[in-house]
Amino acid sequence: MRPDDAERRVRNRAWLPGLGHMSLGRWGRGIRLTLFTLAVVLLMAWRWDRFFGAFSTPFFDRWVASVFLILLLAGAVWYSRWDVGRILSDGGDGKPGKSPWKVAMRRFSENRLAVYSIYLILFFYAAAILAPILAPYDPAAIPDVMTNRYLPPSWVHPFGTDEFGRDLFSRALYGARVSLSVGFLAMIIAKTVGTIYGAVSAYFGGIVDAILMRILDVWFAFPTFYLMLMLVGVFEASLLMLVLILGFTAWPGTARFIRGEILSLKNQQFTEAARAIGLPAHQIILKHLIPSALSPVLVTAALAVAGMIGAEAGLSFLGLGIRPPTPSWGNMVSAGSDNLLNAWWVAFFPGGLLTLTLISFSLLADGLRDALDPKALMQKYV
Amino acid sequence: MLLSVRDLRSAFFLDEGELWAVDGISFDVDIGETVGLVGESGCGKTIVAHSILDLIPYPGRVVSGRVMFDGRDLMRASTEEMRRVRGGGIGIVFQEAAAALNPVYRIGDQIADVLQLHRGMNKQQAWKETVRVLGEMGIPEPEKRAKSYPFELSGGMKQRVMIAIAIAGRPKLLIADEPTTALDLTVQAEITDLLEHIQEQYRMAILIISHDLEMVAEMSDRLMVMYTGRLIEMGHTRDLLASPEHPYTKGLLAAIPQLGAGSDVPLEGIPGAVPDLLDLPAGCTFHPRCPLADADCEVEPPPIKTVGYGRECACYKVRMQT
Repeated sequence: MRPDDAERRVRNRAWLPGLGHMSLGRWGRGIRLTLFTLAVVLLMAWRWDRFFGAFSTPFFDRWVASVFLILLLAGAVWYSRWDVGRILSDGGDGKPGKSPWKVAMRRFSENRLAVYSIYLILFFYAAAILAPILAPYDPAAIPDVMTNRYLPPSWVHPFGTDEFGRDLFSRALYGARVSLSVGFLAMIIAKTVGTIYGAVSAYFGGIVDAILMRILDVWFAFPTFYLMLMLVGVFEASLLMLVLILGFTAWPGTARFIRGEILSLKNQQFTEAARAIGLPAHQIILKHLIPSALSPVLVTAALAVAGMIGAEAGLSFLGLGIRPPTPSWGNMVSAGSDNLLNAWWVAFFPGGLLTLTLISFSLLADGLRDALDPKALMQKYV
Repeated sequence: MLLSVRDLRSAFFLDEGELWAVDGISFDVDIGETVGLVGESGCGKTIVAHSILDLIPYPGRVVSGRVMFDGRDLMRASTEEMRRVRGGGIGIVFQEAAAALNPVYRIGDQIADVLQLHRGMNKQQAWKETVRVLGEMGIPEPEKRAKSYPFELSGGMKQRVMIAIAIAGRPKLLIADEPTTALDLTVQAEITDLLEHIQEQYRMAILIISHDLEMVAEMSDRLMVMYTGRLIEMGHTRDLLASPEHPYTKGLLAAIPQLGAGSDVPLEGIPGAVPDLLDLPAGCTFHPRCPLADADCEVEPPPIKTVGYGRECACYKVRMQT
C-alpha cells in the first residue's frame, strides 16, 4: 500500500472524532475526543424531543441551546480533522511556538491547576447554555408543595428541593446562566470601556489627560458598593440592568490601571517609531499600545469575572439583584440561608458552585499571570 | 532645496529650567545629497531630527523656526499632512533598532503597515512588497524572515529591518540617527554600504547623524558639526576634513586615533568637558575649552557666517579667507 493511501485512510477515519488520532497511536487525545463526542451524541439522543423540539418553539434560549449542541459536535469533527492533518503534515509537535502568544499558551498549558480551572469554567458555561436541554424539571414549576418541599438530595432530585418543592438541580442550572453571564458581560464592559478610556487619556496626555482623570476622581469618590445599591434601587433590577450597573461601576479601576501601563509604553521607542512612519493616533493606540498592555488586562479580567459574580451574588443575596422566581446562585443561597439547619442542601449546592467558580477564576488568573510574564515572553526560544 | 531648516529652536521645559537642545540652527539638504551631522553625545543631534518631524516627546517642543520640506512648511502642516510626510516624505532610522521595533509584532507586518499607509497597497500587495524589500535589504530567506519577531533577529538584521521600514514608503529624505552605533564594526560597514546602495537606487537624500566622525565622513557630501545645540561649522566633507577652521572641529579631528600611528604619537583630546545644557557658559559656549578664546568670546555667542567656498563657521577668531 502506498503511503498516500494510508494517509488518506487515516484522514477519513478522522471524520469520527478520535478515531484518526487512535490509529496514529495518539491514544490520550483520541480517547478524550471520542468520549467528548459520545457525550454530546448521547445527550442529543437522550433529550431528542427537547433538542429537536426547540426549533419549533419561540423560545430563544432553547433554540440557542440546540444550536450550541450542534456546534459542539461540528467542532469536535472539525478539530479531529484539523489536528490529524496537522500531525500528518509536520508530526504534530512541530517547532515550539515562537510568537510571544504561542509561548504564553505553552507556558499556560504546563500549569495543571490553571488548565483544570479553565476546563471547569468551560464546563459550567456549557451547562448554563444547555440548561433547557439538561434540566430535568421546569425551574419555576411548583408541584404539589406539601409532598415535595424540602426533599433531601436523591436520584430524582440530585440537589434536593426547596420550600416550594422546586427541583434545585434545575434551578442551579438556570441560576448559572444568570450568575455566569452577568459576571462575563459586566467584565467585558468594564474592561473595554476602561481600556479605551485609560489609553486615550494616557496617549494624548496634557489637558485631555487632566480632564479625563479628574472625572475618574469624582467617580472614585463614590463608595462603589453603595453606588451599586443606589443604582439598583433606582432602576428595575433586570439582568441587563445588573450587567450595566456592575460593568459601569468597575471600569474606572481598569482605566486608571491601563493609563499607567500606557504612560510607560508611550515613552518607549517603538511608539515613537510608530509615529515616525505616520501611523494615525487611533492605530497607534489600537495596534501598538493596547496589545502591549493587554497581558495585565487579561489577568485582571479573570479576577474581575470572579469579582462580578461575587458582587451579583451579594446583591441578589440582599434581595437587590435578580428577584425570585428567576433563579440566580445568589438568591438561591439567600433563600436557603433561612433554613440552613433543617435543609442544608438548599444553600449548600448553589453556594458550592459559586465557590468553585470563584476559585477557578482565581486559579485561571494566577496561571495567566505566570504565563504572560513579559520577561518570560521576550526570552529567546523559551 | 529638498529640506531647508531656518533658525530652528527646540527646548525641553523641565522643572530644573529650560533646556535648549536645539538653539537656532539653519541648514539645507539638497535632493539626492548626503549630509552628515556630527557632534558629541548630548549636543542635540537627535533633537534636530525629531524637530524636523515634530516628534519631540513631552515636555519638549519646537519653539520657533521654519522647516520647509519639498515646498511645504512643516511647522504649519496639519496633523494629516504631517502624517503623510512622516514615513512617506521623510523616513527615519532610529539608533536602537531593538527598541524601535515593536516586540509583539512580526517584522513583516511592521513594514507592511508603512506600505499600506503611504503607497496605497492592499494587504496582499503590501506583503509581497515587504518580502521584496527585505530581500533588497540583504536579509536571507525574506519570506521566512518576514514572519519572524524582532527578538529572533540579530542586531544587524534588526537594523536592516529598521531601514526597510524607513525606506518602504519611498521617502525623498532618509534621516539616519546613529544607524550603526549599536553594532559591531563589521556589521557597521555592511549597514553603511546598504545605505549607500539605497541612496543610489532611489535617489534619496540622506541626513546622517552620528558621533562617529569617520563613518559620517566616509558617506557624506557635506558635513555639519554641532556643539551644545548650535551648528559651529559646516562645509564640503573633504574640504572640511582637510582644513578645519573652528577650534572645536580641529580638536575633534585631532582626537581621532590613527590605526598604526604607533604608541609614540600622543592622542590629543579637547580639554574640559561638554557643558551642561541647563547651565551653558555665556558667549561662545566653547570658550572655556578653546585655546584661542579671549574676552570677546565671553560676551555674545558668535553668529555662523560664510568663511570660504561652501564653508560656514561660528567663531570670532576665524576670518573670511580670500
